[in-house]
Order: sequence, then C-alpha cells, then structure tokens
Amino acid sequence: MSTASKVRKLSMAEAISEGIGQEMARDDRVFVMGEDIGKYGGIFSATAGLLDQFGPERIMDTPISETGFMGAAIGAAAEGLRPISELMFVDFFGVCFDQIYNHLAKNTYMSGGACKLPVVITTGIGGGYNDAAQHSQCLYAMFAHVPGLKVVVPSNAYDAKGLMIQAIRDDNPVVFMYHKGIMGLSWMSYFEGSTNEVPAEPYTIPFGQAKVVREGKDLTIVTLSQMVQKSVLAAETLAAEGIDAEIIDLRTLVPLDKETVLRSVAKTGRLLVADEDYLSFGLSGEIAAIVAEQLNHLQLKAPVRRLAVPDVPIPFSRPLEQFAIPQVDAIAAEARALMQLTLD
Amino acid sequence: MDPTSEQLLWMYEKMVEIREYEETMAKVYLEGKLPPKIQKGLAFDIGAGPVPGEMHLAAGQEPVAVGVCAHLRREDTVVGAHRPHHFAIAKDVDLLGMTSEMFGKANGLGKGKGGHMHLFDPAVKFSCSGIVGAGAPQACGAALAAKKLGKDWVAVAFFGEGAANQGAFHEALNLASLWKLPVIFVCEDNKYGISVEKSASTAIESNADRAAGYGMPGVLVDKNEAVAVFHAAGAAVARARRGEGPTLIEVKTDRYLGHFQGDPETYRPKNEAQELRQHDPIVILGAQLRARGELDDARDAALRKTVSERVQAAYAHGRNSPYPAPEDALLHVFAD
Repeated sequence: MSTASKVRKLSMAEAISEGIGQEMARDDRVFVMGEDIGKYGGIFSATAGLLDQFGPERIMDTPISETGFMGAAIGAAAEGLRPISELMFVDFFGVCFDQIYNHLAKNTYMSGGACKLPVVITTGIGGGYNDAAQHSQCLYAMFAHVPGLKVVVPSNAYDAKGLMIQAIRDDNPVVFMYHKGIMGLSWMSYFEGSTNEVPAEPYTIPFGQAKVVREGKDLTIVTLSQMVQKSVLAAETLAAEGIDAEIIDLRTLVPLDKETVLRSVAKTGRLLVADEDYLSFGLSGEIAAIVAEQLNHLQLKAPVRRLAVPDVPIPFSRPLEQFAIPQVDAIAAEARALMQLTLD
Repeated sequence: MDPTSEQLLWMYEKMVEIREYEETMAKVYLEGKLPPKIQKGLAFDIGAGPVPGEMHLAAGQEPVAVGVCAHLRREDTVVGAHRPHHFAIAKDVDLLGMTSEMFGKANGLGKGKGGHMHLFDPAVKFSCSGIVGAGAPQACGAALAAKKLGKDWVAVAFFGEGAANQGAFHEALNLASLWKLPVIFVCEDNKYGISVEKSASTAIESNADRAAGYGMPGVLVDKNEAVAVFHAAGAAVARARRGEGPTLIEVKTDRYLGHFQGDPETYRPKNEAQELRQHDPIVILGAQLRARGELDDARDAALRKTVSERVQAAYAHGRNSPYPAPEDALLHVFAD
C-alpha cells in the first residue's frame, strides 16, 4: 500500500466506471446493459474497462431497443437482481418512457410497497458541443417531475463515484444523469474542475445533501451538473469585482435538499438559479417556488433571477448554441444584474 | 403431453372459479353506478359504487389462463395485462388480497393504490399492467433473471391481440430470441381491441406467424378450449425450461362481456356474445371430464359449491375490509 499520498485524480467517466466495477465485485446481482456498453465501454465511457473485468454475461450489449431492455431491467429487478441500464442519451427516452414513468416509477407505489425495483438508469445529458436539438438536452426536470424516481446529477468525479455506489445500493429506481461535457472524454473539451481527487476505495454519498461548493455572502447561485463548473469560473470573475457568490451544487434533484438552499438564501438574501434545462416549468421555477414559500421565514434583498435555456430547442450552430445554453459570462452577467436589483 | 386427470380437474375448477369471480364482479361493479342514485342525465357513473374505476372482465377467456398456468410453478413469473383476473386466479394470486384491492381497501394487494389493472403478488411472481404491450419486455427481464440465477424458471407474458401491434411486443420478441430467454408470449385474440376488429388493426391473419420473423416457434391455437391451450403451452414451457428459448402462442378466444363494464358494445352484433356462449369452454371441458368418468353431477355440484364459497368469501372480505386512511396516499412512493 502506497503511503506516498499522491493525489489520484480521475475523470468523471473513470470515477463512474470504477464505482460500478467495485459494486459489481461486491454484489453479483449487479449487472449492466445498454447500447455499446461492452466492447465500446459506453459512448461516454461510463462502463470503460468493465467488459474485460466482468465478461459479457454481466456487461451486456443490447439491441437498439430501449423499451425492450428498460422493460427487461424492470423484470429482472422484480426478481431481485440489480440492473444498471444505460439510456445512451437522455434525449432518447421518448422511445421508452412508458417503461420508465408508468412502470419503473409506479410499481412500488401501486403494489403498496410490495414490489422493489432497484434499477439504476444511466444517461448522458447536456450540450455545448454542437450536437443539436435531439442530442443536447438535460431534461432532468422531466424525470424529477414523476413521483417514484430518484434523480442524481453529479458535477464532478468525486461526487459521481460516491453517488453511483449509493445509487446501486438503493432499493429504488435511480436515474443517474452525467453531463457529457464534464466526463473528461478525450474527444470533447470539458471543464477541468470536474476531474478531481477520487479515493480508490468504495464510498457512498447520501442522496438529498447539496454541497456548498463555494461560500459567499452576496448572492446564492443554486445550480447542478456542468453548470456548477461554469458557476465556479463565474464566481472567480465576480470575486475580482468584489461580488462574493455562494454556490450550491444540488447533486440530487430527488430527493432535493431544500434546507441547504434556504439556509444559503437566508444568509445572502439573493438567489440566482443557473440551470441548463429549459426555463419554463422546470428546476429553476421549482427552486424559486421553494424560496417563495418561505418568505415568511427569510428576507430577500432582490427578486429571484433564473438563468436557463430560454424555451427553445438546443440549436446547432456555435453562436446560436452558446447563446441558448448559459455560459460562464452569462452567469456572471446575471449575478451582476442581481446585485443591482432591490425590492423597492 | 396429454393432461392428467388431475390437471384436467384443476383446469376445470379454476375455470369455474374465474367465471364465478367475473360474473360476481359484473354484478357488484354495477352497484351504485346506475340511475336514479346518481346525477340526472348520466347513464352510468364510473367512479361510483363499492368497486369504482374501469373494470375489464375475462369471462370466456378462461382457457388461455388455465391452459398455460397448468404448466407453471410458483417460481415462474406471469405478467398480465389490463384484463388480468383470469391469469391471477390461475397463477394462485391471493384471492382475498386481490379482491380487497379492487374494493380499494387497506388490506388489498397494493393497499388500495393499484386497483384491478395493477395487481402485484410477489409471493407467486404475478404482476400486470394497464398499458397495452408493456408486460412483454418485463417478462423478458424475469426470464433473464432466471437464466442469470441458473434456474429453470420460465416467464409468461399474456397480452391481447391489440398489443401485438405495439413496439414493445416486437422488441421483446427480438430480445427474447436473441438472448434465448425462457419466455412464453401468449397472445389472447378475443377479436377486438376495445371496439376495433383485428382485421382492421393487424396486417396478417395470425400473430403466430410473426414468430418466424424472430426465429422462434409460433403456434396458433384456433379453438377456445383448455386442452388445446394446454398442449401448445406444454411444449412451449418445456422448451423454455430446457433452455431452448421463447415461443409465441396465439389463442383464438372469446370475450363474453364488453371491453369494460358499461361498454355499450355497439361495434358488434347484439347476439354475438350469446352465440359465443354456445361454445362455452367450461361446458366443453366438463363434457370431456364426464366422458373420462372424472366428473358427474354430484362431483360437479360439490366442486361448484366449494368454488362459490371461496369466491363469495373473497367478495365479502373485500367489501367488509376497512379503507386506508386518506393520508396513506403519501406512503410507498419509494421502498423503505
């Protein structure tokens, strides 16, 4: 055992596959299925190396039949196995959502708790690399909207490994959504803050515990996934201007850590939600509502601001996409604007 | 393999039980739903009475359930569809819990959260779904689990002929054949998808022919008789247990009642159901048993009395059990 305490940094993709592999070694009920998860190692490398380690019986490439294999995951989980089922891009859920929202999410409830479905769905989310409207969405709010699904949206490798192991051990369906632009892939530029120190041994991170990524006193930025990395960069710019931003990484949407959000907003009095999902009827509105419901307990200094995709499909062309998906500069600009606002 | 006397009698008794269950439900279901008790102008109030909501009954379709389930063990999985009672009874689902569930009671299988289309009894590995075709991939998953666990368990997906036009059906057939899963796909052709005749929904005559496209045997059972289904299912279950993969069976069966209770049935001739009843599979199997000397009037009467007591006790249990506390609606979104 080395005591040289060299910092071991992993990309988020490496951390996820390491977490899955460690759970598979610990529990032979765990297996993975999905498109291109075997020899290819997952289009976004979330299962890289696992085929060699565990063989094709437990790392199963599937046909392009999402309804078929999502349904099979449900059936196998009902029998006591613990499948991890990869839905390559979240954008593809349209072809199999019946299995997810009518069965996976509801069978436990409709059986009065008699039926347990420990399925982890993994899926790639997010844009920023010009893949256009059918391969760039986040859509986590749609999964979080349906009762019965836990929704995990990590922003970095350390969290991703701990949350993945937690997800596999959970007796409930978990949708584990990794942003492609923080996976640390060799073929897509990524935010380096997401590649961080990851302990070699297995560990868990409980769901429903947001993380204060950066402490600050002037405003609270509530965010998640890749937007955490963007917010950190924005906060550095803002700090140079004398604006001290606190950043909350939600980490899981279901369950949602409302307390950490409210505590921070009570402290700063200013809330900016920075979100890569669509603006309307989604996460940013939910966070704003949670704060609005507590206005008898906390004092805002300014109206709530929401930064998200402005209710357009994600466009292809670089300038269009950079406009539609909030960038570091946009977060900083929103924060500056928020600091100018008052309730008078 | 021909059925033994014991198997024939089991199928007969279960068919009698299913029929009594469904006919009792047809009556109970109407309680409180018809004028004058309800709002003026309504013909029917689906949400009223002791058993509210939609109700899809399977009277006439008994042979499909018993002919298949006669070959199943407790460890085998059955995934049913929106018309699930005959499958549930043939798979020995807890009759009391199932009936309580339909009355929305706290001691129902789903503690009142599922109702008649969503019955779950993990003890006998039974589930069903209100979504057409959705069960077929889930049966593949159960079969995959059996294979992974090294067991000779099989999984059966029951669905109607309307479901055979769903993508889920075709994806499941491909997956099952590709992975050589021990699944038996059983299509109940009762001629109608709600009101639409099979000839108006399905490009080919027999769904059994679709099996060829997935490299598995396809068997058409063209009469609504328990023994005929028994033969087809026996071969399919044995094949699955041997690890040789899936089979698709289509059974031409008869729906005596509406798609749901309250269905005006304007899409079929008025006397059609009456004519179908002339070929009652219970009568047919009863005659076969009598010809073999396995049944006489006295034995039949005794059997029917036992069955009736069991069914009526289940209805009394459902009716008399307490409702859940309203706020129990908040429980069981997630497993503990």
